[in-house]
Amino acid sequence: MTATQEMYNYKVVRQFAIMTVIWGIVGMLVGVYIAAEMAWPFLNFDVPYLSFGRLRSLHTNAVIFAFGGSALFATSYYVVQRTCHTRIFSDKLAAFTFWGWQLVILSAAITLPLGITSSKEYAELEWPIDILIAVVWVSYAVVFIGTIMKRKVKHIYVANWFFAAFIITVAVLHIVNSAQVPISMFKSYSAYAGVQDAMIQWWYGHNAVGFFLTAGFLGIMYYFVPKQAGRPVYSYRLSVVHFWALIFTYIWAGPHHLHYTALPDWTQSLGMAFSLILLAPSWGGMINGIMTLSGAWEKLRTDPILRFLIVSISFYGMSTFEGPMMAIKTVNALSHYTDWTIGHVHSGALGWVAMVSIGAMYYLIPRMYGREIHSVKLIEWHFWLATLGISLYIVAMWVSGVTQGLMWRAVNADGTLTYSFIQSVQASHPFYIVRFLGGLLFLSGMFIMLYNILKTILGVKPIEAPVTAPAAAH
Amino acid sequence: MFDFTSNFWPWFITIISSAGIIAMWWLVRWMDKKPTDGSQLDGKPLTHVWDDDLVELNNPLPSWWKNMFYATIIFSVGYLALYPGLGTWQGLLGWTQENQYEREMSKAEETFGPIYASYLKKDVIALAADTDALKTGRRLFNNYCALCHGSDAAGSHGFPNLTDSDWLYGGKPENIKASINNGRNGAMPAWGQILDNDGVFNVSEYILSLGGRDTNPTAVAAGKQKYSQLCVACHSADAKGNQALGAPDLTDKVWLYGASQRAVMASISEGRTGNMPSHKDFLDEGKIHVLTAYIYSLSAGGKE
Repeated sequence: MTATQEMYNYKVVRQFAIMTVIWGIVGMLVGVYIAAEMAWPFLNFDVPYLSFGRLRSLHTNAVIFAFGGSALFATSYYVVQRTCHTRIFSDKLAAFTFWGWQLVILSAAITLPLGITSSKEYAELEWPIDILIAVVWVSYAVVFIGTIMKRKVKHIYVANWFFAAFIITVAVLHIVNSAQVPISMFKSYSAYAGVQDAMIQWWYGHNAVGFFLTAGFLGIMYYFVPKQAGRPVYSYRLSVVHFWALIFTYIWAGPHHLHYTALPDWTQSLGMAFSLILLAPSWGGMINGIMTLSGAWEKLRTDPILRFLIVSISFYGMSTFEGPMMAIKTVNALSHYTDWTIGHVHSGALGWVAMVSIGAMYYLIPRMYGREIHSVKLIEWHFWLATLGISLYIVAMWVSGVTQGLMWRAVNADGTLTYSFIQSVQASHPFYIVRFLGGLLFLSGMFIMLYNILKTILGVKPIEAPVTAPAAAH
Repeated sequence: MFDFTSNFWPWFITIISSAGIIAMWWLVRWMDKKPTDGSQLDGKPLTHVWDDDLVELNNPLPSWWKNMFYATIIFSVGYLALYPGLGTWQGLLGWTQENQYEREMSKAEETFGPIYASYLKKDVIALAADTDALKTGRRLFNNYCALCHGSDAAGSHGFPNLTDSDWLYGGKPENIKASINNGRNGAMPAWGQILDNDGVFNVSEYILSLGGRDTNPTAVAAGKQKYSQLCVACHSADAKGNQALGAPDLTDKVWLYGASQRAVMASISEGRTGNMPSHKDFLDEGKIHVLTAYIYSLSAGGKE
């Protein structure tokens, strides 16, 4: 190694990786608390800052943008450097994205409990924070694409396609959906009105799922699964088909959130048709992830990190089957507005997003310190707590959701509704308790992770790694 | 339902939707072709290597997956032929969500209409003795009334008890039906500005004395004088109220906003507004008739 040897920028990766664990715990803690409020409503203690309506958006923002966002920043910065064989494009801009993003999260944590909200789902933050997000996000795009442009290899690795698509699309989604007219420092109104506002909102909302929570995390999968399994990616051509089909089709699927509403029929139909076409492109990613393991299945027995990754892909496959099914009008008529939707979201959010992030963090964080993880046994514990927790959560919400849907539509021989609304709430109550327990198990796994990580890194000096030369083609 | 603002948009939508679907078909076909360099099935990775050991195989698309992809595309083409989706194309089935709603509603009318038609032939008092009608009334009550009046119809703060014999607007069938049909707006003005604190206290003493509660005779006398100036128009000289106005009887022990002296004083000084919404726009005549009978049955006819 010479004195001029270029090093990877691990600092920004490390910072985001540690914050992934911290924000994961914060976001899931709030989630468990509001799950408890659903089961035992007195827990809001008549304090407005603790009311479900305010904490719910804090929960969603914290898990999606703080936890998921930090995981995406950490992994994309790591992957793009390692697979382009070059240091990150701009250290200063990368550092700005870290501190800028933490400021966004902090602002969310303060304003949402105070009731400051634009009231658009998954885009609740008010306009000054929206502007900060846009600035940070465009900087992220510059850093990421800048790094790709200075790559030392000819071909761009598949994980980077997904990261790039996610970064560019989220910038467009955020800026268009957040167009608003400020009337004071902390209040604005959407630039769109009525059903157009609803359509823009769900075009954004569904693609927040499709790009933030899917394309980005497929990027994570495409690096960490083959690395951890030590196996080649199953099929290059499959990755080409499912990448282009996925990013093209997702953009159309938003209207399935607005079936049987004021949205024109033609928009609803197109949304449903494209949601169904989305099934195969989604499963293309699942196949490529799981089949990468062929020839290395026995590693699942001994490697809990790989198990996190593979189970996450299974949940991905399950929820991307469930999604198109729920987009069918007749199914949607039963499932919409019920807990089934909540179950579906969490099989994606906990099963796919959180599990793949956790696996990636167990891979990444010890490497940032040049060490082995403190305890593989504790990762095992984390894995089983998480899996059991998700299972309880999803099954409870399925049963509760289908029960609600059936109770709401049940009609007596005289045409009256068989059940009053409150009876369906009573019927859901036991499942709210089960859901709370499932969430609690998942959260306890996160605390084990925090302990395990702290034992691994406390008092240890982070390492720096030299940029490796691209391998000669064989 | 189409509300395109110009002829451009329907064509725009039709063309990009169709082109998108065709492009996906083509993408699968294209990637399904065997590569000419023979890199597909020899089990060796492609030549690119990233980050020391990341390589890719080039396995063929699994045929079950490929066929599933084709199947969803074919389904979607069929769906978009049958249903509205491509611009102003109405679909071969002529389906709209409005006509689906109308079909379901007319089917419901066909099934359930005769039941209510037969109930409408009976008057409310007779219907109040019909157990089937009362069961239907009870179910309607749970869905439309229980939110305010409680599932036991006993009311709560600001929402009248429907099971006693005390009626703000009258308990005869026609009174109850009018309340449900048109709703009610109870408005007691605020007297705090006109009566000072002592005045409010005195009037409350007088009102409480009517129900036989312990009161101060001097205050009662002063209050009675104010009552005869300010309150008498609605609550009448004997304080028995006026059902035409919805002014409550002040001599009984029923207190909509609480029986404490504090609550009575708050009513006098700040006034009260009660609002029962009108139901005639979303419940038809037959349902309101049955509901009237159910509510009538709860109070055993009400106070004459």
